Amino acid sequence: MAMLNELFGYFEYSFVRYAMITGVLIALCSSLLGVTLVLKRFSFIGDGLSHVAFGAMAVAGVVGLTNEMALVMPITIICAVLLLRTGQNAKINGDASVAMISVGALALGYLLMSVFSKSNNLSGDVCATLFGATSILTLTAFDVWMCVILSIVVVAVFLLFYNKIFCVTFDESFSKATGMKAGLYNLLIAIVIAVIIVLAMNLVGSLLISALVIFPALSAMRVFKSFKSVTICAAVLSVCCSALGILISILGTPVGPTIVAVDIVAFAGFSLAGAILGGVRK
Amino acid sequence: MSLLSCEGVSLGYDGKEILSDLNFSVNEGNYLCIVGENGSGKSTLMKTVLGLHAPMKGKITTGDGLNRNEIGYLPQQTVVQKDFPASVREIVLSGCQARCGLRPFYNKEEKKLAASAMERMNITSLEKRCYRELSGGQQQRVLLARALCATRKLLLLDEPVSGLDPKVTVDMYNLISELNRKDGITVIMISHDIAAAMKYATHILHIGKTVFFGTRHEYAQSDIGRMFDAVENAQEGGDGNA
Repeated sequence: MAMLNELFGYFEYSFVRYAMITGVLIALCSSLLGVTLVLKRFSFIGDGLSHVAFGAMAVAGVVGLTNEMALVMPITIICAVLLLRTGQNAKINGDASVAMISVGALALGYLLMSVFSKSNNLSGDVCATLFGATSILTLTAFDVWMCVILSIVVVAVFLLFYNKIFCVTFDESFSKATGMKAGLYNLLIAIVIAVIIVLAMNLVGSLLISALVIFPALSAMRVFKSFKSVTICAAVLSVCCSALGILISILGTPVGPTIVAVDIVAFAGFSLAGAILGGVRK
Repeated sequence: MSLLSCEGVSLGYDGKEILSDLNFSVNEGNYLCIVGENGSGKSTLMKTVLGLHAPMKGKITTGDGLNRNEIGYLPQQTVVQKDFPASVREIVLSGCQARCGLRPFYNKEEKKLAASAMERMNITSLEKRCYRELSGGQQQRVLLARALCATRKLLLLDEPVSGLDPKVTVDMYNLISELNRKDGITVIMISHDIAAAMKYATHILHIGKTVFFGTRHEYAQSDIGRMFDAVENAQEGGDGNA
């Protein structure tokens, strides 16, 4: 009880509240698109994009921009569009190009940071960008509002285009044949993914973003059978895991890895539940 | 005026022509089977008809009040679909998507349409089941119901019986034939199975080194048709002896 009191005591601080709000919103957004990404076999694109975002962040730091988002967001969106394009092109090997871009961005980002950085705690900075160590606790009110607005946009886009996203995910050639502009919706998906990844960098850092995207979707797919229930379950699960992870991390663990650890435990639990349910049904 | 006609169409990809100067037309109520060896361009032809590829030469026109987006398509199954968590109802409903335009959700009429398509395919009882848990034949029925949501006029089927066992194959053929005769839906089907094509189709398009287009009877009389018939008979005889 004393511990709970102590936990709630922390909510007196605005930075803890900010962290909780953004954490939950980011978790919600990332899980919504996660189902589509996993089913379209695009899991690695999320990973590649997060590295691109890291590289862009480094560039923004070197140039000395006060608002890093202004540079990071467009670069990530452009890369998302390019990656989805190559993924559809049979001539260029999709996963090879993703690997190439992501590793390249990572290396260049670190190179730029180490050559031009004026900070005397370089490894600390890099670690924070990669694993999100403290950035979520240093959010300003502007960051939080930015996150709230972008999250509302992402959720609204997802709800409005839910049926179309389903159609394009399940069967692209059928949707094209019946006159849907599948290319346009793929573009939309790519842009939304890029937005989510840039948002999520604050929460878990660029190395761990894929976990937020993939784990809730995969966990939900173990148990649920329809696209709607999988999507809802992934969203709820992701929000719960993030909230729990942030609460635990108040006790002194790094935020990003704690959230991912909770996601892993949830995945194990859902896998087990899926196996048991599957066994009962048979 | 025919429902669909191809005039002087050449097909191919990456600048390589695999079929040239193809002419055929499909009238309302026809059942056209497209046969030919692997790699002869059957699937490419179908994708061109659907507007997924542009023809290299010539043109494909639709008539009789048929719009390009009123074609029901049954594609070959993809890897993605094998373990896709979606209920039967969700998939069938997605066939109505083309009617929605920019409207985000399905309306009552579309839900009714999906329900009647499921009834037509005898899969109403599977409505809430998960697609990946169904048998191959049931999955094909689901996709056929989805195609029916997209059209009342023309169905394009890309090897609808591949991977199905013999009994389910016959059921599937009968179902398609019924849609053609009873519901008056025009059918264009890609098939490897010449025997079935001869049994069910009204017209046959044979593509490959030699191209043939005509009715089933004309095909049976043609050199190329007789050659395939001979092969089929020889195979059946062989099976009988074994």
